[in-house]
Amino acid sequence: MKLKLKIWRQKNSSSPGQFVDYTVDNISPDMSFLEMLDVLNERLIEEGKDPVAFDHDCREGICGTCGMMINGVAHGPLPGTTTCQLHMRHFKDGDTIVIEPFRADTFPVIKDLIVNRNAFDRIIKAGGYISVNTGSAPEANSTRVAKSIADTAFEAAACIGCGACVAQCPNASASLFVAAKIAHLNILPHGQPERRQRTIQMINQMIEEGFGSCSNFRECEAVCPKEISVDFIAFLNKEFIKSIWK
Amino acid sequence: MEIKLTTGSSLEIEESNYKFDARVPDGPLEKRWKNKKDQLELIAPPNRRNFRVIVVGTGLAGASAAATLGQLGYRVTVFCYQDSPRRAHSIAAQGGINAAKNYQNDNDSTWRLFYETIKGGDYRARESNVYRLAELSVNIIDQAVAQGVPFARDYAGYLDNRSFGGVRVARTFYAKGQTGQQLLLGAYQALMRQVDKGNVTIYPRHEMLDVVLIDGKARGVVVRDLVTGEIKSFAAEAVILATGGYSNVYYLSTNAKGSNATAIWRAHKKGAAFANPCFTQIHPTCIPPSGEYQSKLTLMSESLRNDGRIWVPKKKGDKRNPKEIPENERDYYLERIYPAYGNLVPRDIASRAAKRMCDAGYGVGPNGIGVYLDFSDAIKRLGKEVIEARYGNLFDMYEKITGDSPWEVPMKIYPAPHYTMGGLWVDYHLMSTIPGLFVIGEANFSDHGANRLGASALMQCLADGYFIIPNTIADYLAPMLTEKKVDTDHPEFKKSIENVKSTIDRLLSTKGKYSVDHYHRTLGKIMWDKCGMSRNAKGLSEAIEEIKGLREEYWNEVKVPGDNNELNQSLEKAMRVADFMELAELMCIDALAREESCGGHFREEFATPEGEALRNDEKFSFVSCWFWNGEVGKWAFAKEDLVFEFVKPTVRSYK
Ligand SMILES: Cc1cc2nc3c(=O)[nH]c(=O)nc-3n(C[C@H](O)[C@H](O)[C@H](O)COP(=O)(O)OP(=O)(O)OC[C@H]3O[C@@H](n4cnc5c(N)ncnc54)[C@H](O)[C@@H]3O)c2cc1C
Ligand code: SF4
Ligand code: FES
Repeated sequence: MKLKLKIWRQKNSSSPGQFVDYTVDNISPDMSFLEMLDVLNERLIEEGKDPVAFDHDCREGICGTCGMMINGVAHGPLPGTTTCQLHMRHFKDGDTIVIEPFRADTFPVIKDLIVNRNAFDRIIKAGGYISVNTGSAPEANSTRVAKSIADTAFEAAACIGCGACVAQCPNASASLFVAAKIAHLNILPHGQPERRQRTIQMINQMIEEGFGSCSNFRECEAVCPKEISVDFIAFLNKEFIKSIWK
Repeated sequence: MEIKLTTGSSLEIEESNYKFDARVPDGPLEKRWKNKKDQLELIAPPNRRNFRVIVVGTGLAGASAAATLGQLGYRVTVFCYQDSPRRAHSIAAQGGINAAKNYQNDNDSTWRLFYETIKGGDYRARESNVYRLAELSVNIIDQAVAQGVPFARDYAGYLDNRSFGGVRVARTFYAKGQTGQQLLLGAYQALMRQVDKGNVTIYPRHEMLDVVLIDGKARGVVVRDLVTGEIKSFAAEAVILATGGYSNVYYLSTNAKGSNATAIWRAHKKGAAFANPCFTQIHPTCIPPSGEYQSKLTLMSESLRNDGRIWVPKKKGDKRNPKEIPENERDYYLERIYPAYGNLVPRDIASRAAKRMCDAGYGVGPNGIGVYLDFSDAIKRLGKEVIEARYGNLFDMYEKITGDSPWEVPMKIYPAPHYTMGGLWVDYHLMSTIPGLFVIGEANFSDHGANRLGASALMQCLADGYFIIPNTIADYLAPMLTEKKVDTDHPEFKKSIENVKSTIDRLLSTKGKYSVDHYHRTLGKIMWDKCGMSRNAKGLSEAIEEIKGLREEYWNEVKVPGDNNELNQSLEKAMRVADFMELAELMCIDALAREESCGGHFREEFATPEGEALRNDEKFSFVSCWFWNGEVGKWAFAKEDLVFEFVKPTVRSYK
């Protein structure tokens, strides 16, 4: 396949960026999207040019490091798929592909396609945990957890913290990310003692970071590579109301 | 000693008289850890603030250690190269974590987990360490569940288990195919809680490039800020390396693209002994490579072997659609050769069997490198729903990568480099040969001998981090309470920074012809062909010469664009590959020196007539330890003898 690429190039956070056009040739449909960029980069290096910087690590859809806007969609056209798991068989010979970094004020660009998502760590730090000191845990089977609860907690916990939800949301809201973590911990019996405090602290931190609010566009759900349901946002809203009225 | 290469030259290896004191306690096996703990020094809670501890790495080992040390009151500084500690490669572990809980009442016990781990490792690990690991396994599950790790449960709400290769009980705890992710999120969240309390400071996007020694003790690290390029140094009273494994020496492996040996390699060059570098694990169930551009290999969890059946056509080069090959023309070779364990034989055995089949011409797929992993019987027997619940996400992942649906056609799998049992030598306290330098998780060599059993790495990382290091590090630090603290003004820090900078300058100024990836791929191919699943003296000798040549070319011809004062991914890779090029040579030397086959180390010259590994306990029941001797190629060799007091090494049979 032969493709035209329009890629956002930006030297660092303080310089302006712009789109630059490239073409790549001999792209195999079995290549992953990032392998296609590897091919481009290898050529740029050999031509003495600066390769395109993009974040990636596991390349198997689980670490949440990769992520870019591909033709305006976070992680590209395939639902439930991270950028690294997107393969070129989903594109056609001759296509033009526009590639940009995740855009949100809370995710400043570091270089080219790489953004800073540390705000997510700060939200977890504000309360996204169950406080249990090493060594003070009781016997694991002493608390039974209904399978349905455990399964729902797992579905929420599957979030990989990639930030696609924020990037796609017109309000740059982090509601899906925050809801997923709050749901994971708040529905498990082990998470009950800190339920209220966790909810308030994480939401406060989310607001303080400057993430927008949720207006039910549901675009987050559509691009989430782990298909986290917006039902969790409804849950989050209920939790929040319960927390402040208590 | 002299090692003769088949290429004509020979290697002069200095034999070091270093005496390893593993500080293993004596007494009955089941009392050893308790006795040890009773003897370890303590530090009173208010005094712990006086001690700074550096933890490099935020995988299961690093995050669990840092969280626990923070909770205890030490001042902890943590580094990782990813943008967030939650992204360490432990996140990718799929299948599960072992623990001898015996919840299934299938007669499991600490002893059995211990025994199977020792046997699975082909009797090349320390008994006392492994027993402690088995003992601590149960506490890990308690800890993780209390943190909210959503392990699979049965309909009554109790924790569920499954079985893994090399064992005959169901002791593996799992969270669908995302066990590593869920355990790591538990440890990461515990870590962030300590950050919130002000006990831990985290530096993401920082890469450790040197460890600093003062008066022979580890006193800090030099790191590069991967965003600005600034070279910084940090002083501490102890340093813990939790930087993972080095499978990326093969270029194509199941590890994350950034996984590297740099931290342990730089420590090795500062005096830490490297143990069993050639013990690497090739995982049997990975997706075969599809072309030259391939950038990594994807593992399909071993848990698939619980229900999937592995086969090849009985006829060589059979290109028929697998569905058209009738039952009596299929060779379920694992079930045939190893009836007792069948598809659940340990990894090394399953991998070599697949290679033998493909080498003999029975391989499937376009280039004949692959065997089938077939679920059609399981789907018939258990129904789609059960299989979906067990493996749904793995099936999806397979389909995303290959475009084929395992519901319709059998998966094609092939072995790939996955895990490194070798690593920095540590004693029972998990301290390396450098005082004050501790090594935990996959980065050390400790518990898995010559082959690791599935679901045992996560267990080891968390045992090391949550339960061992917090105790043993206190013992090291306690006597230092009144000592004067060092800071980064010390000339040793300046020297180390200069060294790091000069390596960077050299790589940037070479301005040669080829990219770093070009060299990494070439190195990987040499290692895979000659120091991979099976090895022989000729191949290893050639590899040693080829690596030397490649390394020389690298330093003269590599092209690293950009400069140091910016985010420069080519430079990051260039430094990692430079270290892999040296480590690769040591791996080949170690493989050549170990004239036996054991676990993942298979020397073709040392095999039974059926092609199984032939161990030589008389000559090789030891840990091979290598000391840096000032220059690449000139290592000094020493051994730690392995003594088996409780189990008798036997031929490892899974038939
Ligand atoms: C695909 C896959 C599946 C697996 N499945 C299982 C399984 O089901 N069960 C099981 O028991 N085991 C499994 N394993 C093995 C297991 O996941 C690993 O052995 C284990 O997670 C390693 O953890 P770690 O904490 O030692 O290192 P890692 O998780 O690799 O973490 C390394 C850390 O060190 C940091 N680091 C590395 N180098 C530097 C440097 N120079 N400077 C600064 N920071 C650095 C990284 O940023 C990272 O934070 C699997 C492995 C793979 C690859
Ligand atoms: S909710 Fe989905 S899109 Fe948002 S961070 Fe988590 S995995 Fe990514
Ligand atoms: S690189 Fe890890 S999710 Fe894409």
